[in-house]
Amino acid sequence: MRRIETGLGLLGAAALVLAAVLAPWVKFVLTIALAKGIAVIGILLLLRAGQVSFGHALFIAAGAYTVAFLAPVVPDAIVLLLAAAAVATLAGVLVGLFVTRYREIFFGMLNLALSMVLYSVLEKFYSVTKGTDGIRVELPRVASVTLEREPYEWAIFAIALILALGFAGLTRIYLDSPMGQALAAIKTREQRLEFMGIPARRVLLAAYVLSALMGGVAGGIIAMTTRHVTPLLAYWTSSGELVFIAILGGAGGVLGPFLGAVTFELVRIYAGAAVAEAWQMILGAVLLLVILFAPGGLWGIIAHGAGRQVGRRRGAAA
Amino acid sequence: MAALLEARGLRLAFGGVRAADNIDLDVLRGEFLAIIGPNGAGKTTFINMTTGYLRPQAGTITHEGERISGLSPRAIVRRGVARSFQLPQLFTEHTVEENVAMAVAAREGVWSAIKPLLRMGWRDEARATLDRFGLLGLAEARADALNEGARKLADIAMAIALRPRLLLMDEPTSGVAASEKMAIVETLLRVLRNADVTAVFVEHDMDVVERFADRVAVWSQGRIAALGPPAQVLADPAVRREVIGIERHA
Repeated sequence: MRRIETGLGLLGAAALVLAAVLAPWVKFVLTIALAKGIAVIGILLLLRAGQVSFGHALFIAAGAYTVAFLAPVVPDAIVLLLAAAAVATLAGVLVGLFVTRYREIFFGMLNLALSMVLYSVLEKFYSVTKGTDGIRVELPRVASVTLEREPYEWAIFAIALILALGFAGLTRIYLDSPMGQALAAIKTREQRLEFMGIPARRVLLAAYVLSALMGGVAGGIIAMTTRHVTPLLAYWTSSGELVFIAILGGAGGVLGPFLGAVTFELVRIYAGAAVAEAWQMILGAVLLLVILFAPGGLWGIIAHGAGRQVGRRRGAAA
Repeated sequence: MAALLEARGLRLAFGGVRAADNIDLDVLRGEFLAIIGPNGAGKTTFINMTTGYLRPQAGTITHEGERISGLSPRAIVRRGVARSFQLPQLFTEHTVEENVAMAVAAREGVWSAIKPLLRMGWRDEARATLDRFGLLGLAEARADALNEGARKLADIAMAIALRPRLLLMDEPTSGVAASEKMAIVETLLRVLRNADVTAVFVEHDMDVVERFADRVAVWSQGRIAALGPPAQVLADPAVRREVIGIERHA
């Protein structure tokens, strides 16, 4: 399955580049989708441990606001992304030390509560955050080069794509390692881990911090793509969106989050254009269909099909 | 023979129920010590206190001369004391091989986030451990697909992969078909002797105790009512009446 994932990942990346070349308007949508996919990989890590975070938009907002605050001072995309990752990681450690003491609904709701605290802070401290007006993000340089709008968009798209492939690959390696496997063990027999000498809470904390880092990077990309950040980035519906994408794409593989994110963004745009007042209903219907007929999400359908193909080939070779 | 584990004056009560009432026990290096007694006598409580799940309200437990009572399960397992469970605690979404490899990884360093769990050395050791328990044929089966006997053995294989000096087993044959029991205990004993592991096991089947235990400790209302070789202890009329009689009606 690892080879299939690698192959499909590269194929998917090529398809996204082709789509962006053929329809330049879609580049913006795909960059946002890639960013959200990176954040949803973090959700996937926590889902492996049986935990759902309903507040992970907190880290997206942390990354996005870091970029917005620092862009006038350090106007370089790479440095800004590193700063977004660092701030979100620090936030992940602080929040994670607290929330990883809890499980299931308490874990989910505490994350939600903390993200709403950040939302309120961003909304109310107008003198610093500009409240609901948000902050416009200065156009940063990319690798010390000042770019016009079109090449800049391509550069951010390329950065998002490279980071998406990188995080997907790293997550696959992580999930196959003892640390990653111990995450799944938290879901089934957490107590046994302790009796084997494995600190379950620290294993979950490590995954949580990693997921926060990815959330921060995603927020940084979103800020540099939309070039405007508002408190809505931390609102609970943004966190719900991430969980929605995780279920839509499927948590069985590292490509699921990207499949889900791209599908989500495209369905949202087309549904919004077709039925402006009822696009959420169409998204809801899509999710309902996936839950009813493909519980493994979109990735589950592909993995099932790929598995059958491999089986057929092996059967033919035998 | 020198004592590997020493329990002195252990006390623990749950409300008005005394689960451990001044327990003194030496577990001798290399022995296979059976713990018997009626339900609620405090047998599992002793295992839970020794492995860090419960803290005694009074008394001490030392292992190899080092105090372990009051330490966390993780700290205790690092000091060479492992356990298995009455209800096997397998990672049900993993294969049997992965379950044991996880124990090998736990021993060698779970913080490896880069190398795969089933990398060469760990996988080989996991498979070798499963082979010793006669489970190699089930290595790639999911843990939740095993029958009760195989689940029990896999649970103990995980504990053995931690390379303990002392292993505590809570009812290793409960729920296992009568026809499988003796074979399972024989396998267990062979592995434990080869690995030079001292073992304490809670058991309800007196035939198993009589045949395999070096010594037997009889638990009754949180106290040790008798301790000695099985032939002597099981012949005691009081033990037969208080423990074996109840067992037959359980």
